[in-house]
Amino acid sequence: MRYLYYPGCSAEATGKAYDVSTRALMEKLGVELVELDDWNCCGATSYFSVRELDSFAIAARNLAIAQQQGDEDLCVICNACYTTLAKVNRYMDEDPKVFEAVQGALGAVDRTYDGTVAVRHIMDILINDVGLEEIGKHVTHRLTGLTVAPYYGCQFSRPMGAFDDVQMPTTMDRLFEATGADVITDFDAKTDCCGGMMMLTREDAALRLCHELLTAAKQGEADVIVAACPLCEMNLEAYQGRVNKFYGTDFNIPVMYFTQLAGLAMGVSPKELGIDKQVVSCAPVLAAIPA
Amino acid sequence: MDWGPREIIAAFRAGMIDRVVKSNTIWLCTSCYYCTVRCPAGIKITDLMYELKRMAIKYDLVPKGSKAPAMTKYFVDSVHKHGRNHEVELMAKFTLTKDWGLPFKFMGTGLKLFSTGRLPLFAKNIRGREELDKISAYLEAQEAKAQ
Repeated sequence: MRYLYYPGCSAEATGKAYDVSTRALMEKLGVELVELDDWNCCGATSYFSVRELDSFAIAARNLAIAQQQGDEDLCVICNACYTTLAKVNRYMDEDPKVFEAVQGALGAVDRTYDGTVAVRHIMDILINDVGLEEIGKHVTHRLTGLTVAPYYGCQFSRPMGAFDDVQMPTTMDRLFEATGADVITDFDAKTDCCGGMMMLTREDAALRLCHELLTAAKQGEADVIVAACPLCEMNLEAYQGRVNKFYGTDFNIPVMYFTQLAGLAMGVSPKELGIDKQVVSCAPVLAAIPA
Repeated sequence: MDWGPREIIAAFRAGMIDRVVKSNTIWLCTSCYYCTVRCPAGIKITDLMYELKRMAIKYDLVPKGSKAPAMTKYFVDSVHKHGRNHEVELMAKFTLTKDWGLPFKFMGTGLKLFSTGRLPLFAKNIRGREELDKISAYLEAQEAKAQ
């Protein structure tokens, strides 16, 4: 199994551990990832807010490179990158104006894209290509007794719903059930928003959303929250102290990328999974996993 | 939030475009797409919010005190400059122009992120970063032609 791989900008900075743990997990599963050559930022939600056709064309530069680089599907780890890149395909298909603009703009830089590169979220690949049975075979350190809050975030399956439900997705639940963990399957907050970039522009509003999410995880007696997006992980983890200060709470809930926790269940070392990069200590999680 | 999404759409239909564009509601939309998947009429509300944000930026009708429009523009600038978004530069620029208090509020968090290598100080430029400006220049020329 081989995929082209789009890490996304956060994977080079605040979300470095997502990239590191993705590579380690996929290697363990025998899945080869080939990084997309000279990829650029997808533009995320910001670019859509400034110039529409540019946002599609700039994101499509990555897909043009993918089309040239190989026949493999494109594996994306960040929810926002995934939705943005998948949206390019969808809108090129639905709207001839977008198709023409993208083709023309890419032509101006000697590139071409026909709208056919399959953009895949890493969770989709794990569940539907690798499969739960194969994943189960690799689990050497069962997460028995560990209560996991599966936090998918907004742009995991919304708006496309290509591989999971748009309101109550279950792929991450099933992944961790395969590792023997106690998954909070009725975690209602699983696709609620973390506040995203609003943490810097409207801190009060973003902290409120994070407070609600952390409260839901605590009510579910979560030992750990697992995330599938760098912004979700960052807001819930790095700003947990700010939430406590703002709301007078004492949350101290480890937040990890789902690739980190899945990697631990497969015997990958904490170091290889970048667990030393977490702000909230993951020591209680590590202690709960059998040696 | 001064107006809810339903009020935004009602006001838009009533032709109160300037008030819609100046409302802070559109800048509180985080693109979670929840309304888009829930709307029984299939209206792409998130895309509509993007359109309103674009109008607000284009005609410089952003609500007083709102910091989100500047952040949005700086993000796009960073993408064009480096080919990728450099988070540290973005935060620094935002701090210098829009929120002097930010480093003090987030000092503890920032130091922790820095010490774990999550805040690289230097940006990496992609080889093809000039392509992004060319893409925008092409589309701008096309738009001008159409008008």
